[in-house]
Amino acid sequence: MRVALFATCLVDAMSPDVGRATVEVLERLGCTVEFPLGQTCCGQMHTNSGYPDQAAPMVAGFQEAFAGFEYIVAPSGSCVASVKHQHEWVAANQLTDRQVTEARRLADRTFELSQFIVDVLEVTDVGAYYPHRVTYHPACHATRMLGVGDRPLRLLQAVRGLELIELPEAAGCCGFGGTFALKNSDVSSAMLADKIHHVLTTGAESCVAVDASCLLHIGGGLSRNRTGVTTVHLAEVLASTEQS
Amino acid sequence: MSKTGEPTTTQWPRATNTMHLHGDYFPRAARLALADPQLRRNIGKATTTIREKRASVVAELDDWAELRAAGAAIKDSTMADLGDHLERLEAEVIARGGVVHWAADADEANRIVIEIARRAEARDVVKVKSMATQEIGLNEALADAGISAWETDLAELIVQLGHDMPSHILVPAIHRNRSEIRDIFRREMGKVGVPAPDGLTDDPPALAEAARVHLRQRFLTTDVAISGANFGVAETGTVMVVESEGNGRMCLTLPRVLVTVMGIEKLIPTWRDLEVYLQLLPRSSTGERMNPYTTMWTGVTPGDGPEEFHLVLLDNGRSTILADPEGRSALRCIRCSACLNVCPVYERTGGHAYGSIYPGPIGAVLSPQLTGVADNASLPFASTLCGACYEVCPVAIDIPTMLVSLRSKVAAGEGTGDAGERAVFRSAAWFMSRPERWTRLIRSMRFGRFLARRGSFRNLPPPFAGWTATRDLPAPPEQSFRDWWIGRERKGTSDA
Repeated sequence: MRVALFATCLVDAMSPDVGRATVEVLERLGCTVEFPLGQTCCGQMHTNSGYPDQAAPMVAGFQEAFAGFEYIVAPSGSCVASVKHQHEWVAANQLTDRQVTEARRLADRTFELSQFIVDVLEVTDVGAYYPHRVTYHPACHATRMLGVGDRPLRLLQAVRGLELIELPEAAGCCGFGGTFALKNSDVSSAMLADKIHHVLTTGAESCVAVDASCLLHIGGGLSRNRTGVTTVHLAEVLASTEQS
Repeated sequence: MSKTGEPTTTQWPRATNTMHLHGDYFPRAARLALADPQLRRNIGKATTTIREKRASVVAELDDWAELRAAGAAIKDSTMADLGDHLERLEAEVIARGGVVHWAADADEANRIVIEIARRAEARDVVKVKSMATQEIGLNEALADAGISAWETDLAELIVQLGHDMPSHILVPAIHRNRSEIRDIFRREMGKVGVPAPDGLTDDPPALAEAARVHLRQRFLTTDVAISGANFGVAETGTVMVVESEGNGRMCLTLPRVLVTVMGIEKLIPTWRDLEVYLQLLPRSSTGERMNPYTTMWTGVTPGDGPEEFHLVLLDNGRSTILADPEGRSALRCIRCSACLNVCPVYERTGGHAYGSIYPGPIGAVLSPQLTGVADNASLPFASTLCGACYEVCPVAIDIPTMLVSLRSKVAAGEGTGDAGERAVFRSAAWFMSRPERWTRLIRSMRFGRFLARRGSFRNLPPPFAGWTATRDLPAPPEQSFRDWWIGRERKGTSDA
């Protein structure tokens, strides 16, 4: 199966390991992965900050980069949610009718990684080995906008060697929210403090999520507080095997 | 105080429609709330309790999703022909002996109510808990006209006696715990009426009894009552209030004159529609299967209840919201406050930080729409867009999407947009819109590594200072993902 990887700007620039892991898992599951070099960003940061006019060229660029693919997969719930739920709105206000139609077409073809593996590839055991104690934070957009449900958990439960500890108050937002973390940094920090507290009560070595942005935030707090707990993207767990 | 001023814990902004709330009001007010340990504990405890109760009673209904869809659909279709339905309601109320008034804005509504109270020669009025009358600042307007308005909802009484502002739609004194309430009762009740009994404890039944005795005298001596409305049924001209205490029932039945101020969006066409909302509302708001008191009245009935009934139909910005396709679903709101109870921001800041009578997620979309985004400009940003509000909303208002739409109105608005911020985003967009620019940008980012300490940034300048105040930011990697990919492709090609 031919799959286009939408790495997302954050993974491309800041978390290349997550991108590499995504490629590795998809290739192990038999996909032919392509990375269209025309891609940049879904425009979510601009859209959510009140600048959909500036996001419009990114929406148009996404369409050019991914037009020829049946399956577009991204290791991010919130970027996929932006493609599925915001691109049409941005296009309707800023772009052509043709691009509105294209936004709708690509929305149907874009998948968050865990949904793609479980629903399209119909696999829950990806053959991973990860001998660590982890807890799982359900990222808000993946959970509420995409409805990934327990797919990431099912994937994690099938990983050999992995011990999964339930995160208390798991559904609570970590407080990132894009520019919210800057504009409302005090409230954001208060939310993060509670999330970190809950992560620490699990005694896990790492906190796993499907979004690099949430992990950047949670990881930033875990690191600042010298907790010794790390963050790991689901793709990295799934990419790990007894050989690597 | 002005909303442009510095918020303080002792002087919260008075939320009336004349206030002005600018760009960084919420973050500054939130910082004060976050530093108040009592407030944090009171609100955290209360919201957690209500949200668990709601979740369990909602889970009892296997047709909740259908009820929710029906709740949204009935309001939407009613709103599409609102004018016709309102005229039907007016005709039915008049036919049954009531008087109907139309108020375009807060001032007009206040004038109408004051006029009615004056004609009744009232120096005092009792009030049923009502968001609409708070929205228009009715108590303040009555006070200016020399008429005292007495709140009779227990929580509103606590707020009023404490010279405080409501901080929650349903539980306005949610920020107070029982020992604070005891202190307020002891200190204030005697100044305005029947005093608190000697030796009043903070035992909830004792507090409720003190309020009961205090209020009973009000009910028996006051001629005019003012209420809001949860629903107005057009087909019979029936108005309805749902409540938990029975104090509303006392106001709605004992006084001689009853005035109801009803937002025009509270209208539903038929009694049949109540089947949906009377399931959605109590389960979403108090986490109860049915609310204890449901009072309905239709015009006036000689010898039974008020002799005069006035219905004030309030617009006050609602028809502007109705005209906006991206904002109009906010008018579905039935003021259950489920969104406040699940909101991670509200849970930590409480309602005062919003500086609006409608706090929390629904307030963040409703307030800027009712007043225009120039007032309340910081509220659309007071959210992580986590979506918890939309998930629990019984009438499926997509609050996160509306917040995003409102943010664009703030950013583009005269006097609310921030030219500096727009320029920063524009330059980011310039790089992010073209792959060749983006590739160059992220290649240059790796030079930032030299400025990091042990792989992280710990103290960045604005606008990132807020991040590094409590969080590390990892240094950019040696190689971007795309450069790794390009290298791998080349290697693959040369291997082949």
